[in-house]
Amino acid sequence: MSELTATTTSIPTGFTSEVFEAFLQTRDEPDWVTDRRRDAFSLFQKLEAEELDPEEWKRVPLRAFRSGKFQLQSEVATPTGLSTLMQDRAEFAGAVIHLDGHCLRQSISDSLQEKGVIFGGLSTVLREHGDVIKPHLATRGVTAETDRFSAWHAAFWTGGTVLYVPRGVTIDEPLYSLISLARDGAADFSHTLVILEDDAEATLLEETSSESETAAGLHVGAVELLLGREARLRYVQLQNWNSKTWHFAHQCGRVESSGSLQWTVGGLGSRLAHIHQDVHLDGRGAEAQVNGVTFATGKQTLSYYTQQTHNAPDTRSDLLYKDVLRDNSRVIWRGMIKVEAAAQQTDGYQRNDSLMLSPTARCDAIPGLEIEADDVRCTHGATAGRVDVDQVFYAMCRGLTEYEAMHMIVQGFFQTVTDRIPVKLVRETLDKAVERKLGIGN
Amino acid sequence: MSVLKITDLHVSVEETPILKGVNLEISQGEIHALMGPNGSGKSTLAYALAGHPKYTITGGSVEIDGTELNELDANERSRLGMFLAFQYPVTIPGVRVADFLRHAVTNVRSPDRKEGEGLMPMREFRKELRDQMEELDMETEFARRYLNEGFSGGEKKRMEILQLAMLRPKFAILDETDSGLDSDAVKVVSEGVNRLCGPGMGVLIITHHERLLEFNKPQFTHVMLAGRIVETGDAQLAHELHANGYTSVRERHPEVAAEETQEEAAAVV
Ligand SMILES: Nc1ncnc2c1ncn2[C@@H]1O[C@H](COP(=O)(O)OP(=O)(O)O)[C@@H](O)[C@H]1O
Ligand SMILES: [Mg+2]
Repeated sequence: MSELTATTTSIPTGFTSEVFEAFLQTRDEPDWVTDRRRDAFSLFQKLEAEELDPEEWKRVPLRAFRSGKFQLQSEVATPTGLSTLMQDRAEFAGAVIHLDGHCLRQSISDSLQEKGVIFGGLSTVLREHGDVIKPHLATRGVTAETDRFSAWHAAFWTGGTVLYVPRGVTIDEPLYSLISLARDGAADFSHTLVILEDDAEATLLEETSSESETAAGLHVGAVELLLGREARLRYVQLQNWNSKTWHFAHQCGRVESSGSLQWTVGGLGSRLAHIHQDVHLDGRGAEAQVNGVTFATGKQTLSYYTQQTHNAPDTRSDLLYKDVLRDNSRVIWRGMIKVEAAAQQTDGYQRNDSLMLSPTARCDAIPGLEIEADDVRCTHGATAGRVDVDQVFYAMCRGLTEYEAMHMIVQGFFQTVTDRIPVKLVRETLDKAVERKLGIGN
Repeated sequence: MSVLKITDLHVSVEETPILKGVNLEISQGEIHALMGPNGSGKSTLAYALAGHPKYTITGGSVEIDGTELNELDANERSRLGMFLAFQYPVTIPGVRVADFLRHAVTNVRSPDRKEGEGLMPMREFRKELRDQMEELDMETEFARRYLNEGFSGGEKKRMEILQLAMLRPKFAILDETDSGLDSDAVKVVSEGVNRLCGPGMGVLIITHHERLLEFNKPQFTHVMLAGRIVETGDAQLAHELHANGYTSVRERHPEVAAEETQEEAAAVV
């Protein structure tokens, strides 16, 4: 299967009213979608004029960001060979590939299709199964109202990967989604939507990637992970853009009773990334494990605003971020555990550890708690350390080069989080990504 | 037969001179004991030989078979056959003993290996590691643990001896490998060293105890005082020092002993 969007007019650069109208001309969508886009666009115009929430944004250096330089692509670029980390690595039960905001390819195994699984590009799925996703799309996960970026995304979303798994269906093999950018100045507004009905199970590995090292790019994305009762989802997103790409994303997971979400984010690329990551535990006994692996180098800024919200009793959340920083890079992590009054007997945990490889790197890690219930256990912590010269010396005394020693120390630092990831492919991919990163500037 | 030759070695730490002209020659197959009061510079010598970046060689030379080591980093020295068993082994969280050792063994045995080139075959490595661990009474589960993380004092020292066994260096410096251990652990370590000593290895044992030297009888005993080796004898000298302490050594070398007190006074100020 393949997908072609109606591509008659080209879309001008920027995100003004004229651009919005031209963009709508390129879309062939049901009225309810267009109406939602129009509402979101007016909201975007309003919010763009307002200040961003300083609690979330005051540490994020946006001064150099010019949205007007980026352009939605009306035509599919010709792929020239992407250097991805996972694409060629394994047999997937299905794959969806996006380039410059357009779905290039989508595939799903026959057996999954027979079971009623839907896996494909958002634009196609909307045409073919609009009724299935309409109740879920941007209604309770990531909605337009949150801030400028969510409204911007809701007005301009270009595509994205949709996974729908019917009740009781278990998918053993991982599914793969690639979001990539090629043209200089191209913008991607992809929307990942995962819906697991009750007792469904799946693994989705998603990766972002740039075709060239030098093309400037913009991603204003959204991720919605919606889990029914007793559903089990493992979702991985490896952000691996080039260092000329701006990455803004609202990402939200919602878990119903006894559902279990394991969510792993890898932050490797981009010039600046800001991710607003929300996990809501909505039903009794729901649990979420959030793993973060970030490696910032050069002048990168990687920023995470994470919230673990316990809305129901007996829920568990466990967040562990591990950051490595080198050169003049910066990592910002602002974490919050919220426990609503009804959410008794919950267990919330959050921790951020950072390892500095250069004295010029900087990490701000700020955990926080907001607890309305009285019978809960919530713990948080943040540590920051430097690579110890004695560790490097010890390893070198055993025949390791300085580079190998650093590599081992960095990998060891990530190990406690990678130990939590059951998918071997993901562990290997992260290792490989770390190796690549260590090679830069050495 | 290889020779480790230390000539008029001067070493400073952060501008402070610690070693003030050490001369020592160790041949493969020999056991040397290095003794001396606390703070006399024994660990400094060990670190300087291994190539710790904080210990600056300000004069003299260290050579193995005529190749000068002064400018080489710790990794290059280890590939030439130098090994230091640390007085305080370092913890590297998240790095498994087996992974660490496989890299170490591969590099030391193939000194020309470049980064990223193949490692020693897994099966062969595993078997060798398992055999060596058995000899040292170590549980196989040890290989999967993170390097020295949560290890007891005895486990750390055993880990050092395991690395010695796997790396089979030409020259091994054991810096108080027997300190802080209970007598069972001292026995395991002593027997381990004894098993590894032989014609292929020259050993410098730094110790305050007799046990290690009973198992590994030194042909030479050196006494360090205020950054110099002031006396060299045989195993009997080690025995005497254990029995009687350093008073008589200080009496025989009043000038060096005076330097020692001056340094102490300076350190107190
Ligand atoms: N890393 C260091 N930083 C500062 N001083 C040091 C360091 N290492 C050794 N010294 C000093 O050098 C002298 C010799 O110490 P050391 O070599 O550890 O002696 P020993 O091992 O014989 O007890 C002492 O005065 C000690 O304070
Ligand atoms: Mg010492």
